[in-house]
Order: sequence, then C-alpha cells, then structure tokens
Amino acid sequence: MIEANAVYVIVAREFKKFIREKSRLISTIARPLVWLFLVGGGMSRLVPTGGGVSYMQFIFPGILGMTILFTSIFSSISIIWDKEFGFMKEILVAPISRFSVVIGKATSGMLLSTIQAVIILAFFPFLGLSIGPLEIVGIIFVCAILAFALASFGIVLASFYESYESFSVIMNFIVMPMFFLSGAMYPVKLMPPILQLFTKVNPLTFGVDALKHLTFPLEKGPMSPDFPFLLDVLVILAAAVVLVIIGGKAFERKG
Amino acid sequence: MQIIKVDNLVKRFGAITAVDGISFGVEENTIFGFLGPNGAGKTTTINILCTLIAPTSGNASLDGHDCYSESAEVRRSIGIVFQDSSLDKDLTARENLMFHAYLYDVPKAERKKRVEDALQFAELRDRADNLIKTFSGGMKRRLEVARGLIHRPKVLFLDEPTLGLDPQSRQNLWEFITDLPRKHDVTIFMTTHYMEEAEVCDRIAIIDKGRIIESGSPQELKKIIGGDVIYLKTADNKKAMEEIKGLFGIEASEKDGEIFISVPKGEACIPEIIRKIGEQVLSVRMQRPTLNDVFLKLTGKEIREENASPGDDIKEAVRSYRRRHDRS
Repeated sequence: MIEANAVYVIVAREFKKFIREKSRLISTIARPLVWLFLVGGGMSRLVPTGGGVSYMQFIFPGILGMTILFTSIFSSISIIWDKEFGFMKEILVAPISRFSVVIGKATSGMLLSTIQAVIILAFFPFLGLSIGPLEIVGIIFVCAILAFALASFGIVLASFYESYESFSVIMNFIVMPMFFLSGAMYPVKLMPPILQLFTKVNPLTFGVDALKHLTFPLEKGPMSPDFPFLLDVLVILAAAVVLVIIGGKAFERKG
Repeated sequence: MQIIKVDNLVKRFGAITAVDGISFGVEENTIFGFLGPNGAGKTTTINILCTLIAPTSGNASLDGHDCYSESAEVRRSIGIVFQDSSLDKDLTARENLMFHAYLYDVPKAERKKRVEDALQFAELRDRADNLIKTFSGGMKRRLEVARGLIHRPKVLFLDEPTLGLDPQSRQNLWEFITDLPRKHDVTIFMTTHYMEEAEVCDRIAIIDKGRIIESGSPQELKKIIGGDVIYLKTADNKKAMEEIKGLFGIEASEKDGEIFISVPKGEACIPEIIRKIGEQVLSVRMQRPTLNDVFLKLTGKEIREENASPGDDIKEAVRSYRRRHDRS
C-alpha cells in the first residue's frame, strides 16, 4: 500500500533541503559542465569521430546521463544520512508502509535529477546541436524514467551500507565504473568484448543510448547509438520496475 | 483500564537475552516508569511496544491491539521520543512538525492549528522558523515531545528523555512531562536510569538484566527499605545504643561515629528520642529512603552510571546484532 500524503511529504522534504544546500546545487550543475566543456572540448580536437557529430556533441547525452546518475544516487544515499542522524526512526515508526518511503525517495530522486538534466539540456545550442521540440519532450521523458531506475538502485545500495564512510566506496567502485561503462564517453561498439558485457547489465547504458537517439538521430558513423531506441526504453522501464521492487524489499528487510 | 499489557515477553539477540520473560500492565492516563541500569532491557521493551522489533516469544498489546500482528493500529496510537534526537536538523522546527502531521495523516483542516499548538506547547513559537541545528538539547527534547503529541496518541513513549541535558533543562522538562496526562489525555511510558527522576511516576517497574524485580508506586517501593533512617551523634554512642534498645526495642548500629536506626515513621520518632535521651544527643538528622536505596537493596548494587559499564557492552552487542539480522 502506498500513502500519498507520506510520499508527498518525503518529496517535499528533499526539495526543501536541496534548495537550501546551495553548494550541492552548484556542484551538481558544475560537474557536468566541466566534463562537457573542459574534457569534451579538449578531446574534440584529438578524437576524429568519422561522422557528423563532434566528440563534444557525442558526449552530450552521456553528460546528461552523468547528471542523472550522480543526482539520483546521491539523493537515495541520503537514506544513510537519515539513519546515521536518527531521522529515519521518525519515519519508521509512523503508520505508513515501508514501500511508501521507497516510492517517496525514488520520486524525489527522479524529480531532482530531471530538473538538473533540463538545466544541462539548455546548453545544447552552444554545442552546435539542433534538437526539435518533440525530441526535447522525449529527452525529458527518458531522463525521468532513467532517474527513477537509478534512484531505486541507490535505495538498494543505501539498504546495504550502514554508515557514511561507505559513501566513498559507493562513489569510487560503483558510480564511477557505471559512468565509464555506459557508452557515455566512448561508443559501446568500440569497447573490448569483456567491457561490453558490463555495459549490457548497466541501466545507464540504455538511458544514454536512448538520449543519443534523441540528440543526434541522423548520425550513422561509429558514434551512432548502439541499440534500437525501443529496446532502450523498454530496458529502462523494466529496470525501473525491478529496481524499485528490490529497493522496497531491501529497505523493508534492513530498515 | 489497562492500556498496555505485556505478558511473559522475551527477546533474544543471538546468545544474549535482552528481555527475559517480563509481564506488566499500564493504567490509562498515568505515568509509568521503567527503571533500571543501562543494558537492562528498557529500550528493547520500548522497541517491541513501538512495533520496531518482533518479540522472540510472549505478547505485548497496546489499546487492545497486538504490537506485532497489528502494528499499523498500534503505530497510529503511539508517539515516541527516542533516546537520540530524531529531528531533521536541516529543517526548521515548524517544518519538522509539519512533516510529522503529514506522515500521520492529520486532517488537512487541522494540520496548521495542531502544529501551532505544538509550537506554543513546546514554548518555541519565537524559534519556529529556525533550523534545528541552532537549538539547544532542552529545546530539541521539548519539540520532540510536542511533535510526538501532534497526532493525539493514546500512549507517549519517552526513552531516557533527560539523557544529556543540564540540570536546569531536566527540571523544566519534568515539569512539562508531569502535566501531560492531564492536559493531553495521554498515558506516559518512560524509561530512565536516574532514580530521583522516577519519583514523578504513578507506578514504577524496576528492571535488571531483562527481568522485572519489583514494581509498585514510588511510596510502596520505598516501604521495602522499611521506613526512615535516623542518624544521631551522641556524647557516648555505646550508652545511647543500649538506652535506645532498652527504651524502643530497636537495634541501633554505628557507622562513622554516628548511630543510626531504621524506623517506620521518622518524624514521630525524633521527639520521642529527644524526650528520653535528650541530654546525650549532640545532633540528629533523618533521611527518607530514596529509590536509589530501593534499587541498592533489591539488586545489591548501585544503579550504574552513564559511563562505560558492562551494560554498555550488552547494548553494543545488541545494536550490532540488530544491524546484521533484525529490523523486521
């Protein structure tokens, strides 16, 4: 059972805290821009793409994926903070189901990530990309379902880690590899076969791939998307459903 | 009517038995105190009553609902103030209260009013929009108690409510708590290991090593000691002791140059002594029994203090066990 009032207030709390923490807002916006313009800008001169898009344009969908990945995971990891500082007890003794808590956390991760992805998306004209209004709607949709899936994944992680010391472990051994093995920085089809295996169990791969379809639909060269668009969307939707259920179970078990 | 009923409750964490077959009942709209040293099983019992953990065996019910199988009903009728603060320190006082009102589905029309009332009650109206991280320990506790009452619970649990507070804040908090049953029509279930603080309770259960060793009102418990103790300094202790034995038939003892006798009614006995052996008496003082004396008599030891003690080891073991297994 899901209590709407509980989901609403959990989301409202995350938003209030997010708006108050200016440094968090700035850093989550600044990080993708640094990657896009400093890494992407530099590499553009080095990497011949052999197609219509420049390297900087190529990584744009990946950078959107990065924004979503970091914000979603970070948002869900706040469960660890709540446990550490005792606030989680207030939630756990309330007459609401554990699943409402998970839905509330996943929804706040989804909304916060999507808002930030939209801010980054607004930079597309500076990259010489032209994206139509229909594609923009599609990008926002893909961002939202991807964010929900990743925030649910974050809840699974948060259920298994107890203290905030584990935060750097999660960042270095789970989040960063997920980013590099998603086709965000280089096409999946150019990776060694073993690494390709990892990309295929990574929901971010399919999110980034769907965003590539929407960002440069006409690209045919080595930088083109690796999977069919429909497959991408179905995988993300399936991942969202499966991960939120696992998240719910894990949270129920470990509190 | 008994609002809380506990029958032969047992909770084991691996090899450790935290609660070892306790039974008790709590009358509606009274203050019930659970008294015992750290690691005695107080918090474990509260966690079972609050539906946070499942008992190994036995029953606990609250307002007629089983704390394990009917946890949803139980949760609606309880408020809890945990040992450690469970406020969100990055939100304001008002936001914390509002969060609670939503979480407990307080009707929309009443939310604002109940939050304002709680702020008023906690005497924090002028700090309502300040972040919790700027609050003192006493302010946080008052706010937590007020928050626990927002959804009009039938029972309010207070787990060591004064832990870590300075004496002044403690005193204020107690005045605040003793008024609750009358003002808010609520039953208070509290734990403490400060004996003197348990005096405000209507009934007390003394718990040690997971078992209830005695229960009753503070007055009843003090009777276990057998009345007041009178201390006398006299010119000749030996002679005085003999005279007391001859006159009152009471065996007196001597300690640190003072003789002392235990009598049921000290205030009536003192004039009697002065009349009979007045010339020898240099000084006289009387001591009423404290709950500390009761605990000492029942367990043969002082209640352990807050610092590291064998109880803390058990607590730590229980915590780490729960991290690994429980949380059902």
